[in-house]
Amino acid sequence: MTKKIAIIDYQLGNLFSVKQACEYLGHSATITTKPEDILASDYAILPGVGAFGDAMENLDKFGLTSAIHEFVKKGKPMMGVCLGLQLLLDSSDEFGSTKGLNILQGTVKKFPLQVIDGHSYKVPQIQWNTIQEPQPDKWGNTPLQCCKSGDFVYFVHSFYAEPTDNQYILSTTRYGNFEYCSSVLKDNVFATQFHPEKSGLYGVNIYKEWLSLFN
Amino acid sequence: MNNIRIIARLDIKGPNLVKGIHLEGLRVLGKPEDFARYYYGHGADELFYQDVVASLYERNSLHEIISATAKKSFIPLTVGGGIRTIQDIRDVLRAGADKVAINTAAIRNPDFIKEASHKFGSSTIVVSIEAIKQPDGKYFAFVDNGREHTGVEVLSWAKKVEELGAGEIVITSVDNEGSGIGYDNQITAQIAELVSIPVIAHGGPGKLQHFHEVIEKGKADAIAVASVIHYDFIANRQSDMENRTEGNISYLKSGRTNFGKIQPSSIAEIKQHITQHHIACRP
Repeated sequence: MTKKIAIIDYQLGNLFSVKQACEYLGHSATITTKPEDILASDYAILPGVGAFGDAMENLDKFGLTSAIHEFVKKGKPMMGVCLGLQLLLDSSDEFGSTKGLNILQGTVKKFPLQVIDGHSYKVPQIQWNTIQEPQPDKWGNTPLQCCKSGDFVYFVHSFYAEPTDNQYILSTTRYGNFEYCSSVLKDNVFATQFHPEKSGLYGVNIYKEWLSLFN
Repeated sequence: MNNIRIIARLDIKGPNLVKGIHLEGLRVLGKPEDFARYYYGHGADELFYQDVVASLYERNSLHEIISATAKKSFIPLTVGGGIRTIQDIRDVLRAGADKVAINTAAIRNPDFIKEASHKFGSSTIVVSIEAIKQPDGKYFAFVDNGREHTGVEVLSWAKKVEELGAGEIVITSVDNEGSGIGYDNQITAQIAELVSIPVIAHGGPGKLQHFHEVIEKGKADAIAVASVIHYDFIANRQSDMENRTEGNISYLKSGRTNFGKIQPSSIAEIKQHITQHHIACRP
């Protein structure tokens, strides 16, 4: 059955590749700024690249903050991508401190600059990097059940999320000597720091798993 | 060490993929969508479309090419050439690009970088620097495919674009571009060591050793490749392209396989080569 997917548009970032991935899987996805469209959907995706502060400001401006909370409270499946993961937390260090959606306790921090053996790890991190399963069988019955530790996905970000409670960390990734949370799962909320829609068919498969698990 | 990205660079004129030397003397190679689809399926980490004429009346075909590619390729796509306004960026992103590369508009108005990176996020904004080495050894930035001297010195410009919010820099050596003599490792390393954002090397590779050199000596975070992989595609897939291309393709049909200093290699061969040199990349 075709599912109704709302891609939440708050005027930041490229939403079209997310839509493209959903359509490739045979689902119709609507890019929308309207709270009522989101609440009427079966699934919601919160994508985004850009600044945390601007994103929160726009979400508030379009009345989307309360719509997202209501959607999540109803137990409907919600997926965040990149900045869409970071926004789920309660605050970000970007430009002082900005409040987030507070769906997941924790903070968003900037990558430190690292120079290791003469090699500098640039910020933003822009590369294909690997995801690791934090403990055995963590990925069973999750959208990452199609993945295995060491698989490559595409990252582009300067900030990372640090959830307070480790149990919500679904995968970790290493950048230089630095290990951080690269995806989260808390009940009906799933989010990735990487871009599954930019990680080849391998990544598109993560959307497929997400759509089939929460139905 | 980072996983080095291999970026397939496609220069586009109207509906065609073209390739020149020193950004000049363009030859038609085929349909960009065909090449892009092949690279996507054969290990490219990203795609980079550069509209080399970027005149307004040809913009529609660029947007069509972007859309057609974005529908089928689930890897990052950067688009450059003729991007002058916030609306231009929005249009290209809306067509399906993930990032834009800006050169001329940034030189003319550096605050455009600031505005664009604020609006779309730093990671969406790539600044393209076309460098030509001067007799005194200094490098200066050029615009209009290396034709117009700007008087802007490359290293100070690279530092400035980072401060203004660019997320990446692509450094093109106009001197080496299309020549097959190798990347300009000197200017690439100088920029890569100066800035803390990723640097993409572009222009000049002709054989496999050039790829590990630009990473080891040039300190590049990513490498853009054009002729080497295009000629490989043509050499191996020529039959697919018959009758699909407009323009000057007589040299393609002649079956000529001598590409001067450029030895064709596939992306897989490039990755295999750099891996042998202990450079990390996505397999």
